[in-house]
Amino acid sequence: MQRRSLWRRRGTLVLLVLCLFLAGCSSALLDPKGQIGAEQRTLILTAFGLMLIVVIPVIAMTLLFGWRYRRSNSMAKYTPDWAHSNVIEAVVWIVPCAIIAVLALLTWKTSHSLDPHKPLESDVAPIEIQAVALDWKWLFIYPEQGIASVNEVAFPVDTPVRFRVSSGSVMNAFFIPRLGSQIYAMAGMDNDVHLIADEIGDYPGRSTNYSGAGFSGMTFEAKVTTPDDFDAWVETVRGAPQTLTYPEGYEALAEPSESNPVEYFSAISPSLYESILKSFHTGGEHNMGGDHPVSSDHADSHDGESALAGEHTAASGRDTNHQASQDHAMRSHPTSVEAGG
Amino acid sequence: MSTETLNNSSHHPVEHEEEHHDATGTKLFGFWVYLMSDLVIFGSLFATYAVLMKGTAGGPTAAEIFELPFVLVETFLLLFSSFTFGMGVLAMNAERLGQVKAWLAITFLLGAAFVGMEIYEFQHLIHEGFGPDRSAFLSSFFTLVGTHGLHVTFGLIWILVMLVQLSTKGLTAMTRPRILCLSLFWHFLDIVWICVFSFVYLMGVL
Amino acid sequence: MVVVAFMAIAGIALFGLITYYRKWGWLWNEWFTSVDHKKLGIMYFIVALVMLLRGFSDAIMMRTQLAMAAGDAAGYLPPEHYDQIFTAHGVIMIFFVAMPMVIGLMNLVVPLQIGARDVAFPFLNNLSFWLFAAAAILVNISLVVGEFAKTGWLAYAPLSGIEFSPGVGVDYWIWALQISGIGTTLTGINFFVTIIKMRTKGMTMFRMPIFTWTSLCANVLIIASFPILTATIALLTLDRYLGMHFFTNDFGGNMMMYVNLIWAWGHPEVYILILPAFGVFSEVISTFARKRLFGYMTMVWATIAITLLSFVVWLHHFFTMGAGANVNAFFGIMTMIIAIPTGVKVFNWLFTMFRGSLELTSPVLWTLGFIITFTLGGMTGVMLAVPAANFVLHNSLFVIAHFHNVIIGGVVFGMMAGLTFWFPKAFGFTLNEKWGKRSFWCWFIGFYVAFMPLYVLAFFGAVRRMQSYANPDWQPWMILAWVGAVIILLGIACTIIQFWVSVRDRKQNADVTGDPWDGRTLEWSTSSPAPFYNFARLPEVGDIDSFWSQKQRSEEQLEEAPYTDIHMPRNTVAGPVISFFALVIGFALVWHIWWLAGVGAVGVFASFMARVFNDDIDYYVPAADVERIEREHQLKCEQKLGVEAQA
Repeated sequence: MQRRSLWRRRGTLVLLVLCLFLAGCSSALLDPKGQIGAEQRTLILTAFGLMLIVVIPVIAMTLLFGWRYRRSNSMAKYTPDWAHSNVIEAVVWIVPCAIIAVLALLTWKTSHSLDPHKPLESDVAPIEIQAVALDWKWLFIYPEQGIASVNEVAFPVDTPVRFRVSSGSVMNAFFIPRLGSQIYAMAGMDNDVHLIADEIGDYPGRSTNYSGAGFSGMTFEAKVTTPDDFDAWVETVRGAPQTLTYPEGYEALAEPSESNPVEYFSAISPSLYESILKSFHTGGEHNMGGDHPVSSDHADSHDGESALAGEHTAASGRDTNHQASQDHAMRSHPTSVEAGG
Repeated sequence: MSTETLNNSSHHPVEHEEEHHDATGTKLFGFWVYLMSDLVIFGSLFATYAVLMKGTAGGPTAAEIFELPFVLVETFLLLFSSFTFGMGVLAMNAERLGQVKAWLAITFLLGAAFVGMEIYEFQHLIHEGFGPDRSAFLSSFFTLVGTHGLHVTFGLIWILVMLVQLSTKGLTAMTRPRILCLSLFWHFLDIVWICVFSFVYLMGVL
Repeated sequence: MVVVAFMAIAGIALFGLITYYRKWGWLWNEWFTSVDHKKLGIMYFIVALVMLLRGFSDAIMMRTQLAMAAGDAAGYLPPEHYDQIFTAHGVIMIFFVAMPMVIGLMNLVVPLQIGARDVAFPFLNNLSFWLFAAAAILVNISLVVGEFAKTGWLAYAPLSGIEFSPGVGVDYWIWALQISGIGTTLTGINFFVTIIKMRTKGMTMFRMPIFTWTSLCANVLIIASFPILTATIALLTLDRYLGMHFFTNDFGGNMMMYVNLIWAWGHPEVYILILPAFGVFSEVISTFARKRLFGYMTMVWATIAITLLSFVVWLHHFFTMGAGANVNAFFGIMTMIIAIPTGVKVFNWLFTMFRGSLELTSPVLWTLGFIITFTLGGMTGVMLAVPAANFVLHNSLFVIAHFHNVIIGGVVFGMMAGLTFWFPKAFGFTLNEKWGKRSFWCWFIGFYVAFMPLYVLAFFGAVRRMQSYANPDWQPWMILAWVGAVIILLGIACTIIQFWVSVRDRKQNADVTGDPWDGRTLEWSTSSPAPFYNFARLPEVGDIDSFWSQKQRSEEQLEEAPYTDIHMPRNTVAGPVISFFALVIGFALVWHIWWLAGVGAVGVFASFMARVFNDDIDYYVPAADVERIEREHQLKCEQKLGVEAQA
C-alpha cells in the first residue's frame, strides 16, 4: 500500500516536471526569439547549473545528517567537543570560492558582451526607434520615417534595432521578454537598448516597472515582420488621419489613459523625442536675472488640490523654461549618479 | 514574567556608582555612536548635494549666490564657539561652576549669532527668488546647510537646558556627562561645518 | 473592508476585556512603562504577530485577486485598492513584522547572553519600542482614515512625488517609516553599546555567543544604514511639502538619486533581518545537536565579512537602470562574493549536525527547513546577481519568489525557531511541540506551493505588481500559488492554536530548571522566567559555551557567594508619552493640520524635558530582597517538582 502511494506521488512529480518542460516551449524567457534573449537564456541556465554544484550537496547533506545523527539513532557516532577541522574548513571555503570565481568571470564577460548600450554586430543597417513611456501607454517614434504609434511597434526581422528609451512621466521599464534585456525609462534621460529578432511573429511587450494605476494595462505588441511587411506597416501608419505635434498633440496624448488602444500618427513634429527629453529641466542651462513665476507657481502646487492641478503647473513650467533655455545640456546616459549614493 | 515589585526604593550613597559599570564612559561612548549615525545623515546630504549641484534648472549657480566674506565670519563664529566650549569643559574639570556657566553662555551667544547670520542668508536668498523650490541645486544647498543649522539650534536649546540644570543641580554625576556629550556634539557640528564651508562654499565659488 | 471590520472587532473586544478585568493600571505600570528588556522584547513580538495577521491578509487578498484576474476578468480588487495592498504588504511585513521580531528577540536574549542586568540605555529602549508602536498605529490609522501609499513599498520617486501621488497615502508611508526608523536607530545604538560595554566578567569578544555576534553586526548595520533612510525620506518629504526638487522630473531633480539612496539603506536592511536569524540557527543547532558549534571563528568572520560587503552591493537592485558594463559587473561580482561567507555558514551548520546527537524538535525542523529553503533562495539570488541575466529577470515574479524564498525561509523560519527556543525563558513554560511541528510543515509546504509557481511564471514574462494579466495560460499557476498561501494560512493558524494550547497546559510544561533544552549559553543559567534583574549574581565566563562547560564540570559551588544590592533602572512614562506626541505629529503632518503638529512638537519637548529634569531614575534592590525572590522561586520550583513526582 505504502509503496504504491509513494509511486503515485512520484508519478505526480514526474508529471509536474513534464508540465514544466512543456511550459518551457511557451515560456518567453526559455524560448527566446532573438540573439540577446538566447544568450541570456544560456547564461541563466549556466549560472543555475553552476549553483547546483553547491545546492544539491547541501540539500542532500541536510537530509542525510539530519536523519543519520538524530538522537534516537544510537548507531551514529557522537563527538560533542569536535568543532574544528582544517580540512573541512578549507574545502567549504575553497569550493564556493571556486564556483564564484567562475561565475565572476562569466559575469564580467557577459556584462560587457550583453551590455544593453552596445550596438549589435550585423550586416544589416540598424534602425532606430524611440520609445517614450507615458501614463499608461508606450509612444513609439520612428525618426527616420517621421511617424509614430502607440502601444504597437513594428520592425523587420534580423535587423538590429536601437531602442532609445525615455519617459514623459514616472519611471517605467521597457521590456519585450522574447527578445531579451529590459531598460528603465526615465524622464529627461536618454537610455537605450539594442535588440534583434530572428523570427517573425507578434511578441508581447510591456512596462515592468510599476508606474501607477494603469500599470497592468501598459502593454504593447512588438510586430516582427519581413522587410516588405515592415514597409507596408509604415505605409499604413502614414495613411492614418492623426498627426502628432509638439507640444499640443503630445500633451493631449500624455494625459493619463488606461489600456490605450493602438494609435497611428502619420506625421510628427521634428525632433519630437528630443523635445520630450528637453521638456524636463535637468540642469546646466542658465537663466539668471529673469523673473521666476515658474518656481513660485510650482511651489504652490504642493498643497495638492488635485493631481491635475499639479500636472498643469508642471506643464506650464516646462513651456516657459523651454523657451528660455538655449544651451540645454541633456543627460546622455543615466550613468552620472551610479557612484553617487 | 516576574512582576516582583519595582517600587521598593532605597536611596544609596554615591559611592555605589563605582560598582555599576562605568556609567559616564558608557554614556559618552553611546553618544559617540549616535554622532557617527548622524554623520551618515550628513554624508547622505553631502552626496545628494554633489549629485544635484549642477541641477540649476536655469536658476543661479553656486558662484552667483555665495558671499564668501559673510560665510567666513559665520565660520569664525562657530570655530571660536568651539574654543569657548572647550574652556567650559576645562572649567568643569577644575570644579569651577561659575566659569562653566559663563563659558556656556558665551558659546550660546556665538552659536546664536551663527544661526542668526544663516537665517539672514536664507531669508535674503529666498527674497531674491532663489528659494529651495527654485532648482535641485538650491534644494540640496538649503537642506544641507539648513540641517546643520537645525543641529546648531538644537545645540543652543541644549545649552540653555544645561544652564538651567547647572543652576539648579550644580555639577553632579547627572549633569557632568551631559556637558561632555554636549561638548562632543558642539565640536562635531564644528567639523561638519568645516566640511560644509570647504565643500559647498569654497568649491562653489572657486 | 473585512480586515478593517475584523481588526475593529478584535480591538474593541480586547479593549473591553482589559477594562472589564481592570487591567489597565497593571498594563501601564508593569508593561507599558517598563524598561525591562525582556518585557519590551515580548511586547515587540506581540505587536509583530498582530501586524503579521494584517500583512498576511494583504497577501491572501493579492493572491486571490491574481487567481481571478486572468484574461478579461478584472478580479475583485480595482488597481486603486490593489496598489495600496501590495504597498502595505511590503511595508508591514518588513518594518512592522520582520524588524520587531528581530529586535524583539535581541531584546529578549542579548542582555541575558552577555550576562548583563539590562541594556546600556533602558529608557531609550522603552522609547524605541513606543516609537515603533506609534508608527505601527499610524499605519493602521491609514486603513481607516484616508488611504495608504500606492507606490510600492519603497515609494520610488517620482511616482511618490506630489505631482503623481497627490493624496495622503505617501505621507502616511513617510511618517510611519520616519518615526519607526528613528526608533530603530536608537535601538541600534543601544544594543551596540550594550554588547560592547556591558559584557560580564570574562566574556571577551571571541567568547560571545553567535547570536550576540550576529546581533552586534546587525546593529552596526542599523547604525550605518538607517540614517540614510531617515535622510532619504526627509528629502522626499521636502519635495512633497515644500516643493523642493530632489527627485522630481523637473527643475534638475534626479530620481536615480532616490533609487540609489533608498537601496543604500535597503540592502543592508535585508542583512539586518537575516544576520540575527543566522544567529538563532547557530544556537538552535548546537544546542539540540548537543555539540559545540563547528567553526566558531569562521562563523564570526563570515558574519563580519557579510556585514562589510552588504554596503557595496546596493546597485544590484537596479542593474537595468542603464549604468555602464563595468559598474554593473563590479556590483554583480561583489554580490556573488557575499554568497561565499554565507555558503560557509551553511556548511558550518551542517558540520555541527555531523556526529552530533540531534533532537528533532520544532526549532530544529525550522532550522533544517531553513537550510534547504535558504540555499535555494541563495541560488536564485546569485542568478539575479549576474547583470546580463538580471536584464530579463528584473521586476519579474522571479524577484518576488527569490526574496520570499530568503525572507520566509530565512527570517520567518529563524524567528519561529527563536520564538520556540527562547519562549520558556520569557514565560517559564515551553511551547506545545505537536502544534509547533504542524505549523512548520504547513509553512514549509505552503511556501513551496506558493512561490515555486512564481519562478515559473517569471519565465512566461509575468511581472510584479500586476493587478491583472491578459494571458489566461498563467492562471493555473496563479491558482496554485493561491493554494500555497492558504496552506501558509493554516500554518499561522497552527501557531495561534499552539499558543493557546501551550498557555492552557502551562502547568505541565513549566520549565522549573531554567534550562529546558540543556543549553550552552548564559541565558539558561538563570531561572525561567528570568527575574527582572536577570542574574542574582553576575556570572563569570571562561569559555565559549561557558554554561555548558560549567555543567560538564558539574557545578563548582561558587553559588554560595552572598547576594549584593542590585542597581536597576526605574520604570518611566516618558517613552509612551513622547511616542504618543510623535504619533500626534505624524498624523497632523499627514493631514497638514499645522496647529496639531505644533501641539505634538511642544508635547514631545515638554515630556522630554520632564524626563531630563527627573533625577529619580534608578534604585537599588537590596540584597535581602534578592535573596527572598530567589528563595521563593526555588520553593515554587521544588513544589512543582514535588507535585510531578507524586503524580
